[in-house]
Amino acid sequence: MPELDVSTTVNGRPVEMRLPTRLTLADFVRDRLGLTGTKVSCGMQVCGACTVLVDGDPVSACSYLACDVDGREVLTVEGLADGGELTPVQRAFVDCSALQCGFCTPGFVMAATALLRDEPHPTEEQIAHHLDGNLCRCTGYLPIVEAVLKASRAGGIDE
Amino acid sequence: MSELRVVGTSVPRTDAVAKVTGAAVYTVDVTMPDMLHARVLRSDRAHARIDDIDTSAALALPGVVAVVVGSDLSSLFPRFGHIVPDHAILAIDKVRYYGEPVALIVATDLMVAADALSLVDVRYTELPAVLDTDAALADDSALVHETGYSGVSATPVVVSEYSHRNVAHEVERGWGDPDGAFAEAHLVVETRTHHPMLYAYAMEPYNAVARFTDGALEVVSTAQHPFMVARDLARVFSLPLSQVRVTAPYVGGGYGSKSYTKVEPLTAVGAWATGRAVKLVLDVEESIYTTRADSADVVVRTGFAADGTILVRDFELVLDTGAYADNSPLVLDKAVNRCFGPYRIPNLRVRGKAVYTNTSPASSYRGFGAFQGNLAGETNIDQGAERLGIDAAELRRRNLLLRGERLMPGLRGMDADLVADLDLLVDELDAGPAPAGRLRGVGFGCAATDAGAVPSSTALVKMQSDGSIVVLTGSTELGQGSRTVLAQIAAEELGLDMAAVRVLQSDTATTPFERTTGASRTTTLTGLAVQRACADVLARLRTAAAEVWECPVDDVAVRDHSIVAGGRSMSYGETVRAWFGPGGGEVVGQGVVRRAGVLAELPPFWEIGMVGVALDIDPETGQIDVHQLVTVADVGRAINPVLVEGQDLGAATQGLGGALTEQLVYDGSQIVNANMVEYRIPRITDRPRTFTSIVAERGDGIGPHGAKGVGEGARNPLPGAVAAAVARALGVWPDSLPLNPEHVWRLARKGISQRSGT
Ligand code: FES
Ligand code: FES
Repeated sequence: MPELDVSTTVNGRPVEMRLPTRLTLADFVRDRLGLTGTKVSCGMQVCGACTVLVDGDPVSACSYLACDVDGREVLTVEGLADGGELTPVQRAFVDCSALQCGFCTPGFVMAATALLRDEPHPTEEQIAHHLDGNLCRCTGYLPIVEAVLKASRAGGIDE
Repeated sequence: MSELRVVGTSVPRTDAVAKVTGAAVYTVDVTMPDMLHARVLRSDRAHARIDDIDTSAALALPGVVAVVVGSDLSSLFPRFGHIVPDHAILAIDKVRYYGEPVALIVATDLMVAADALSLVDVRYTELPAVLDTDAALADDSALVHETGYSGVSATPVVVSEYSHRNVAHEVERGWGDPDGAFAEAHLVVETRTHHPMLYAYAMEPYNAVARFTDGALEVVSTAQHPFMVARDLARVFSLPLSQVRVTAPYVGGGYGSKSYTKVEPLTAVGAWATGRAVKLVLDVEESIYTTRADSADVVVRTGFAADGTILVRDFELVLDTGAYADNSPLVLDKAVNRCFGPYRIPNLRVRGKAVYTNTSPASSYRGFGAFQGNLAGETNIDQGAERLGIDAAELRRRNLLLRGERLMPGLRGMDADLVADLDLLVDELDAGPAPAGRLRGVGFGCAATDAGAVPSSTALVKMQSDGSIVVLTGSTELGQGSRTVLAQIAAEELGLDMAAVRVLQSDTATTPFERTTGASRTTTLTGLAVQRACADVLARLRTAAAEVWECPVDDVAVRDHSIVAGGRSMSYGETVRAWFGPGGGEVVGQGVVRRAGVLAELPPFWEIGMVGVALDIDPETGQIDVHQLVTVADVGRAINPVLVEGQDLGAATQGLGGALTEQLVYDGSQIVNANMVEYRIPRITDRPRTFTSIVAERGDGIGPHGAKGVGEGARNPLPGAVAAAVARALGVWPDSLPLNPEHVWRLARKGISQRSGT
C-alpha cells in the first residue's frame, strides 16, 4: 500500500504520521487519532455527518484524502469546546433541543460554525441554503434552524 | 397536577452535551483490544444455487485471518429470526436475493478485508427468480423457501399452512355480515393504492463488535432490542442466555429499522471463527439491502349509508416481504389491524398476505403496517366524502370511535377523544389563498394504532448512600429521549434534582429485561416500571428505618421526601447510611410491568395519529412546498413537552419524505437507487414553512401521570393526508406514492384533460 508522510495540525495539536494514500480524512481522525466525534454515514458526500473544517472551510471527511491535509489545519467537533466550555453553536443546539439521536449533530455543528464565521447574522434562508448538505433523519430540521439563529444572536463562534 | 416539579417541564436532554461535543459513544466508535475487521461478500444474483466457493486466493492475501462461508456453520444453528428462524447468517446452498451475505472476510485491516472481497470466487447456477408478489403467487412459481423452519431444529422442516408456499404469513379477520351490508349500502367506494418499499435511513449504519471471553459471547450493537438479539445469538451458539451479553450504547437512529437481529450473528461468527474480537460496519448500500419496509398493494371497499355512516369495510392487502421473514409477519398483523381506521365499523373483512420474493428482506419501520394500510383506508374515506358531498372532517366525526368504544372486540376501549383531536386539527389548517401560480391543497388524516407492544419491562432503582440514584433499564436510547424522560419520572417520584439521577440502559448482562424499544412504549411501560421501582425503594427505606428506630414499620411514613416516624426524620441517604452502617451500601428497588392488572387488556394504549398539511403545488413543474404541517399529539400527559413536539415533527417529516420523494426502486434483481443521492429523504430546504404542534393533555393514558406514548403516530396518516391535499388541488386522486414532481405533474395534466374533456 503506497504511503506518504503527512504533517498537519488537528485541533491545534501538531500531528506527523505516515499514512496510506487511500486513507480518508474521516478514517484518519477516527481510527488513527481516536477522534470519533466525526461520524460517517452516507460515505458519498451527501449527508454531511462527517463535516470537519480544513483551514476553516467545511469539507466532507468521508470523501477527502487524509494526505491532502498535509500542511493544513483540521478542526473537528472535539476541538470546539475548549476546556469544557461549549461554543455558542453547541450551547444553542443543546438549548433548542436541535438533536435526537445525535449522529448528524457533529456535522451540523461544524457546518453551522463555519457559516457563522463567514456570516454572523444569517437569515433563515441563508441557514437553510448553507446546511442543505447536512441530513438529519430525526428532528425535522426546524429546531436546527432555530438553534443557528439563536447562536447568531449569542455572537456566533467564540474566538 | 400543580404539585409536579419535574414532570411536565421541558428539561434539557441529559445526552445533549455529549452529543454536541462528539463525546457520545455509538457502536461505530467502539473498539476492542486486538480487534479484527470484517467485510461481507454479497450475492450478485437474485436467486441461484451455490455450486462452489473458492476462498484460497483471499486467504492467501497477507492480513486475511479467516474467510467464513455458510457451509462452515454446520456445527452452529446457522439461522436467526424471532418469528420464523428462516434467515441464513451466510447463504447455505442457495442465495435468495441480490445482496445476500455469502462470505465473511476477517482481516487485520479494513482495507485488506475490502481487497480480499474480489479474490473470493463463487460459482452459481442461476435459478428462476420471483421478483414481485404477482410472480411469487403464480401457480407454478419458483419457491423462495422450499421448506419451513422450526425454532429448535437446525435442519429445516417441511411446514406450510398457507395458501401458497411463497406466503410467509396470512391473516383473515373480521366480523358481522360484510356481503349483506354491501348489498344494503347507499354508496360503495373502492380504492386501490400501492405503497412503495422504503428505507428508514438511520444515519448510523448497521454495525456490531463481538468477542468471546471465557466462553461467553459479548456483542456491542446498534440494536433497539438487545434482549431479542441475545435470544437469537444464544440459539446460534447453543449458549445459555446468561452467557450472551448484548449492549447498545447510543444508537444513531433506529425508527424500527434496528429492531430485531441484523448483523450481530454475522459479526459473532467472525469472532467465533477467529477467536478474536471482530468489528463489522456496513455501508449505506449494504444497510439498504439488509432491511427495508414492506411495500403494500391494498384494495379497499367501503359501504356508506346516505348520511355517511360507515356500514362495512373490506380490505385486501398484499405485502412484499422479500427473501426472509424478519418482522414482516407482525407487520402484516399490524397492517390488518391498522388499515381500517379508528371508526365504528359494524361489518368488517380484512384479508392479508405477506409474500416471500427474491428481493431484500423487509421488516419494521416506524409505525409499521399502519402507514401502508392507512394510505388506502383514509384515501377511501376522503373519496367517499367527496362522492357523498359531505365535508371530509364531518364524515369522520360521524364515524370516529367515542371514548371507551372498542375498535376491535377483545381489545382495550378507545382511551382518547378522537373527535376533539380532529376539531383541534382542522381548526388550525390554512386553506389559502396560495401564492400566485400555485394551487393550495389541504389534507388531513387519522389513525389509532395498537401501540405499546407486549408489556414486559423491569426497572431497577439503586438508592445510593448520598441520596442520589441510578436507574437501570433495558430500554434503549435511540434519540427519542428516553434517558431524559425516565430520569424525570424517577426524579419526580423521589423528589430529586435531575442531576442526582443517572439512567443506564441496554446491557443484557446488567440492566433488567425489557422486551423491546418500539411501538412508542417506553414512556408508558418502562416509565411505569421506573415509577414502581421508586415505590419499592421507598418501601424498603421504610423497613430499614423501622429496624434502625426499632419501631413497627407501620409507624414509618414517607413525607416531603424524608422517612419519618413520630418526631424523627431521616433523608433517604441517611436511611441508607444508618441501616448499612459505616461500610456503606445501597437500597435497590425493583419495578415490574407485565400483562396483569391495569395492563391485562391489550393494547396498553392506543397511539393516536392526527395530522394535516397545506401544500402549495406548482402545476407546471409538479413541485410541492409544504406550506403548513399540523400535528396533534394526544399523549395524555407530556412528561417533556419539547421532546413530544420533537417526536411529532420528526415522525411527520419522515412521513413527508415517504409521501413526496422516497421509494426504493427495483429494476430486475437490483435496487437501482441504493444510495443516499438517489434515495432522496427530506433536506433542510424541504422543511415545512410553518409547523403547529398541538399537545392534547387529558390525563387519559395508563402510564405515569396519565401519559401515553408518542413517536409513530404522526408518521402514520401523513401520506394519506398529502395524497388528499394533492387530489383536492388537482382534481385527481393519486393511487401511489411518492408524489414527486414528475408524478404530480402527470396528475396535473390528467386533471386538466379531464376537466376540458367533459
Ligand atoms: S459521510 Fe461524508 S457526507 Fe455523508
Ligand atoms: S439527530 Fe438523528 S439524524 Fe439528526
